[in-house]
Amino acid sequence: MDYCPHTSDDIAQMQSLIGISTLDELFADIPEQFRIKQIPDVPGALSEMETLSVLNGLAGKNNLTRLTLTGAGAYHHYIPAVVGHLIGRAEFYTAYTPYQAEISQGILQSIYEYQTMIARLTGTEIANASMYDGASAMAEAAVLCAKMSDRKKIIVARSVHPEYRKVLKTYSWANGYVVVESDYAPSGQIDMNELQRELDDQVAAVIIQSPNFFGVLEDVAPAAEVAHQKGAMLIAGFTDGTSLGVLKPAGASGADFVVGEGQSFGNPLNYGGPYLGIFAAREKFMRRIPGRLVGATVDKKGRRGFVLTLQTREQHIRREKATSNICSNEALCALAAGIYLAALGKNLKRLAELNIDKGQYLKNKLLELSGWKEVFSAPVYNEFVLRCPDARKVNEKLKQAGIIGGYDLQRDYPELENALLFCATEMISREDIDKVAAILR
Amino acid sequence: MELIFEISKPGRAAADIPASDVPTVNLENIIGSQYLREELELPEVAEIDLVRHYTNLSRRNFGVDLGFYPLGSCTMKYNPKINENTAALPGFTGLHPYAGAEFIQGNLQLMAEMQKYLSNIFGMAEFTLQPAAGAHGELTGVMMIKKYFEKKGQKRHMILIPDAAHGTNPASSALCGFEVRELKSNSEGGVDIEHLESLMTEDVAALMLTNPNTLGLFERNIEKVAAIVHGKGGLLYGDGANANAFLGKARPGDLGFDVIQLNLHKTFSTPHGGGGPGSGPVGVGQALVDFLPVPRVVKRDNQYAWSEDFPDSIGRVRAFYGNFSVIVKAYTYIRSLGAEGLKRATEMAVLNANYIKERLKTYFDLPYDRICMHECVFSGKKQVAESGVHTTDIAKCLIDYGYHPPTIYFPLIVPEAMMIEPTETESRETLDTFCDAMIAIAKEVRKNPEGVKNAPVTTPVSRLDEVLAARRPDVCWKES
Repeated sequence: MDYCPHTSDDIAQMQSLIGISTLDELFADIPEQFRIKQIPDVPGALSEMETLSVLNGLAGKNNLTRLTLTGAGAYHHYIPAVVGHLIGRAEFYTAYTPYQAEISQGILQSIYEYQTMIARLTGTEIANASMYDGASAMAEAAVLCAKMSDRKKIIVARSVHPEYRKVLKTYSWANGYVVVESDYAPSGQIDMNELQRELDDQVAAVIIQSPNFFGVLEDVAPAAEVAHQKGAMLIAGFTDGTSLGVLKPAGASGADFVVGEGQSFGNPLNYGGPYLGIFAAREKFMRRIPGRLVGATVDKKGRRGFVLTLQTREQHIRREKATSNICSNEALCALAAGIYLAALGKNLKRLAELNIDKGQYLKNKLLELSGWKEVFSAPVYNEFVLRCPDARKVNEKLKQAGIIGGYDLQRDYPELENALLFCATEMISREDIDKVAAILR
Repeated sequence: MELIFEISKPGRAAADIPASDVPTVNLENIIGSQYLREELELPEVAEIDLVRHYTNLSRRNFGVDLGFYPLGSCTMKYNPKINENTAALPGFTGLHPYAGAEFIQGNLQLMAEMQKYLSNIFGMAEFTLQPAAGAHGELTGVMMIKKYFEKKGQKRHMILIPDAAHGTNPASSALCGFEVRELKSNSEGGVDIEHLESLMTEDVAALMLTNPNTLGLFERNIEKVAAIVHGKGGLLYGDGANANAFLGKARPGDLGFDVIQLNLHKTFSTPHGGGGPGSGPVGVGQALVDFLPVPRVVKRDNQYAWSEDFPDSIGRVRAFYGNFSVIVKAYTYIRSLGAEGLKRATEMAVLNANYIKERLKTYFDLPYDRICMHECVFSGKKQVAESGVHTTDIAKCLIDYGYHPPTIYFPLIVPEAMMIEPTETESRETLDTFCDAMIAIAKEVRKNPEGVKNAPVTTPVSRLDEVLAARRPDVCWKES
């Protein structure tokens, strides 16, 4: 299939206006020895029907499972039908970044509304238009803290998502910062004694996540307090965004930045992306944060309108002195998140409660199995860690039944042998859970 | 238009929650009141209000499906609908990123093939699909350059960047701790070779070059440029933002580029959704393969799998594996067009840009009058001198004619710049009516400059007060 509408007559006439007789003349600036006639080893064109068949074939090689007991940073939630219909409007879908405000009021206002919802949800005053994902949002927050404080050390809780810690290390290495990991206590929360020992006046930021990677809720306020005592910032992440329907947001407990993955809000699993990084902060950092910000203003007639604002933070104005290099973000995913949150409204609380109910039911069912024990003592949202007699065997059995089992924590925590991280969302029925328990009995 | 918060009414909701089929727990007991929030301030609207709100918002927005969008450097080509259908196949959308290898062979095969196709199209040894956008790809590429020299035990602290480059180039370099030196353009709009020779020392890690550059001009001296950089042990980085100009015509790997980042949402036609998601794959030559981010797709015993076993890797730049569904769309595009179709797309894109350039050059100042590639850059300085009308006024006036304006005031080296990129998917009729509109505006500028300065008049809002927005930032709505 070819999407160029020119007829051969069009081409001939256009060539004549330009004053060339062959298309090759347009490429005369490419030194001759480098010109190629054909791209090697890329297959030939397909009709639309054939293309669909090839892609159907690839999708068919995946084994789709209805039941996933793993969350670990990506959560299977129901997406109301309105979300897909509304983000699919071509006016949103096929637009570039809203550089021309007068014909971009739709996306600009939707971002302003998204920023407001995210600030309220996270207990902060401001939020940007989105980052790439939860991990890069966290890393950029850390880099920003180091830059602002001129300190080179970043402390991250070991209970933060392992891949987020890896991304943090990559960004920190590139900037010449040091990352120190702080261990967890038997409760599954950050070990406050160890944190206090590691905190010194070289620390730019302390990073925790609540719920953390183990599903455990952290005590954000004391962590913020000890960090602030040493002049460090507190960056608080979260795992499943729906938890904010019931949980006290980190912004209300003294966090300076709240960052995390927004996928839970109306975005499908999509094998890991595209997702959206939520980036929220205290108002005093407004002129320092990375990413786009939409602000309200007025037009010549005094009517309310929206523009990209404080752009002097950004790369296209400030170049090497910009607060970040980010340009494209995840606007459409943020639009989905905004529509999702507006659709649920106060029902986000009921959804979160349902997730807790399901998590508790799954946990209790699994704890009835012989030899299964809880690993951590602190409260959890919809994820939890259990130790079982043989984690591999458990996941193998579930796999045979087409179920993705728990996340095997030994991958990232050698000391957590036979410990599985399970997740239950509203997508899992009591029947499913009973079936899982029966398979493992 | 009202905000979603302003149409909110307590007691409404547009999404319901199923009743619980498991015992309901007491939150105070299970979680503890100290962890619970007091308020949840989200809009409360009925489904019909929600649908009308966002549908009406969408009507205040412009996309490629509505009309011509010649936004230079952004390659706003038509996005084929089949790409949406394939990316939405449940076999792709429903998979959890931690599903085991047995569940995801189709995804891994698609990603492995995509990497191979990109390597062949661009003449690179290997690609990573992990970065989420072009600037993220740049950052990844510069990190690999940093690691390369670290591994060699060389301390190189500088990166050279032409004055015409995108702002992300210096910003990405700075994020990796490099000092940026600006390289001058010559009178033809290319690299000033003498200036390059004087700057290129053994302190310089790389030259970041966009080719064709942001003037839409191909670097004729590319072989010499590469030789100068490589001669001092440096690396040549390619910003692939303008890759639509040379598919099937030349390959950056053959031209001497060691690293190149792409923007799938530009060259490979994935819709940009009002500012993302994009996807920014990075290709490298053999010397840099070991530094690619992990995990990488590997094939063992006829099975695909992820591997992190690459000790020299820069590590991860994001969680999971990349913007997968964007990659599916770009893969679909490559398979639909095939090798021949990609080449034709480039030929038509370049033909269209030159056609516009020829049709408009008597009306607008053309700072570099030579064959251009996929885009052409005019200057509005003639209009400023004649009537005091600026490029921004011309852009706003185009809106009233039903077009998205070109990129304006970029590249920075052209005063009052207008960067027009028509892409290959536009018909001659569209190009002609656009050129007619530009010519009509050029005439209007002389006859009625005040009218042009007043544009747009057809939009829901007129020009907005950006100074006010920055001076008294209101980025989060508060109930008054």
